[in-house]
Amino acid sequence: MNIEQPRIKIRGLSKRFEDKVILDKVDLDIMPGKSMTVIGMSGTGKSVLIKCILGLLKPDSGEILVDGEDWLALNQQEQLKRMRRVGMLFQGAALFDSLPVWENVAFALLRHGENKNTARERASEVLAWVGLPNIEDLMPSELSGGMAKRVGLARTICHKPDIVFLDEPTTGLDPIMSDVINRLIVRLHKGSGTTIISITHDMKSAAMISDHIAMLCHGRIHRQITPDQLDSDQDPVLRQFIEGRAEGPVNCSAWGKDIEEAVKR
Amino acid sequence: MKFLQSFGALFEALLTQLGLYASTLGQVAKLIFTAPRYPRFILNQAEEVGVQSLPVVLLTALFTGMVLALQSYIVFHRFAAESMIAVVVSLSMVRELGPVLVGLMVAGRIGASFAAELGTMRVSEQIDALWTLSTNPMRYLIMPRVIAATLMLPLLVVVSDFIGIYGGYAISVFMLDQNPAVYLEKSTEFMELKDFYSGLVKAAFFGMLIGVIGCTEGFNCKGGAAGVGKATTRAVVISCMSILIFDYFLTAWMFG
Repeated sequence: MNIEQPRIKIRGLSKRFEDKVILDKVDLDIMPGKSMTVIGMSGTGKSVLIKCILGLLKPDSGEILVDGEDWLALNQQEQLKRMRRVGMLFQGAALFDSLPVWENVAFALLRHGENKNTARERASEVLAWVGLPNIEDLMPSELSGGMAKRVGLARTICHKPDIVFLDEPTTGLDPIMSDVINRLIVRLHKGSGTTIISITHDMKSAAMISDHIAMLCHGRIHRQITPDQLDSDQDPVLRQFIEGRAEGPVNCSAWGKDIEEAVKR
Repeated sequence: MKFLQSFGALFEALLTQLGLYASTLGQVAKLIFTAPRYPRFILNQAEEVGVQSLPVVLLTALFTGMVLALQSYIVFHRFAAESMIAVVVSLSMVRELGPVLVGLMVAGRIGASFAAELGTMRVSEQIDALWTLSTNPMRYLIMPRVIAATLMLPLLVVVSDFIGIYGGYAISVFMLDQNPAVYLEKSTEFMELKDFYSGLVKAAFFGMLIGVIGCTEGFNCKGGAAGVGKATTRAVVISCMSILIFDYFLTAWMFG
C-alpha cells in the first residue's frame, strides 16, 4: 500500500496572543504539488498560521511535519537550512530597500556564496518571467505596488523552492495586475509542481490558483472544499464569505447602523 | 495598591528590556565564532559609525578642550598656577570626557539610526523576509553593527583626545598667552599610558552598549511608525543613560 505522505501536515496547532486565542487546534494536510488556499475573515489567524509553519512565530502547542520531519523540534540553525526549500511572498512584498532590485531577487543565492555574475543572470531571467525586464538596477522605492509585488514573487521563486507561501498575493492590486499575478502563480504551480500555500480574500484568485480551499473560522479549519464546489457548497458560513454578505451566521449587519448619528451636523 | 501595581509593572518592563539586551549580546557573542561573518557589512557599518561621525565628534572634542582650558585658566589664575591648565585638559579629556562625550554623540547619531533602520525593517516584514531567505537576521543585521560600533568608538576617542588637547593648547597659547613648550610638556608629564588605555576600554564598552541597545530596540519594535519612533527614542535615551551609569562603574573598577 502506498499512501502518499502529505508535504505539510499540521496537527493540533494552537497559538494565542495574551488572552486572545488565534489558532485553536488547527489540523491541515497539504499534499505534495498541490495548491492550498486558506480563506477567512481578517484577523482569523491566516497569516499567523503561515508564520508558524515558517518558524517566524512559535506556536503554543501542536506539530508541523514537513515530509514527516517535525520543524518545530529543530533548532534555529537547522530551521534556517530548511528555509532554502521555501519561498515566501509577503503581503507588502517586504523588499529590502537598501538593495537594488536584482540583489533583492538573487538575495538567497548571494547569501549562499553564489558567484555574483551567475546570480545576476539568474535574477534577470526570473525578472523576465514576471514581465519586468531591464529593471535590475532600480531601487525598490522606485517601483509601483504591482511591480514591487512581482519583484517579490521573483525573489520568492529565484532559489527554486519546492514549497511557496503567498500572503495575499493580489491584495491592493488593480484587477488587471491581479490577473497577471494569478496567471503567474498558476504557471508556477502547473509548470514546476511546486506546493503552494496561499492566503487570500480574493475569491476570484482563490478559484483560479487553488486545488483545495480551506476556510479558517474561529481559529479552526471550518471547511475544506475544491474550487468547483465554490458555487455549490451549502455551508452557511462559507456561503456568506463567498458571496460577501454582512448578514449571515457571522453577523456583522448591525455594525454601523447608527453611522448617521455619528456624522449628523 | 494601585501605586504598587504600576511600580511593579515598571520594574517588570525594565527587567524584560534588560533581558532582551543580554540575550542579543549573548547571541551576537555566539555568532561571532562561526562563519559567515559578513566582513563587507562590518566595513560598511564601520564607515557609517566611524567616518561619518568624525565631524560631530571632532567639533565636540575641540570645543570641550577649549572650554576646559578657559575654565581652568579662570580658576588657576587666582593662585598663579596657569601651567596646570594643560594637566587638567589632557587628563580629563583622555580619562573621562573623550570616551563619554564621544559615546553620547555617537549614541545620538548611531543608536538612533540603528533603531530606526531595524525598526522599519521589522514593521515592513523585511526581517521576517530575511529569515525566509534562510539568512539569520541576527547575524546579518545585528552582528556587523555591534562589531563595528565596538571597534570604531575607541578609534574615534583617540582622534578626539588629540583634538581636545589641541583645543586646550590653542586657547592657552593663542588667547591666554601661555608658553607653548611648557603646555606641551605639562600635557604629558602626569599622564600614564594606563590613563589613555582606560579611556579606550571605556569607549569599546560604550560602543558595544550603543550597538546592542540600538539594534535590540529596533529588532523588537512593534506597532508601525509610532513603534519605530518609540524604539528610536528609547534607544537614544537608554544608551545615553547606560553610558553614564557604566562610566562610573568602569572608572571605579579600573582605578579602584
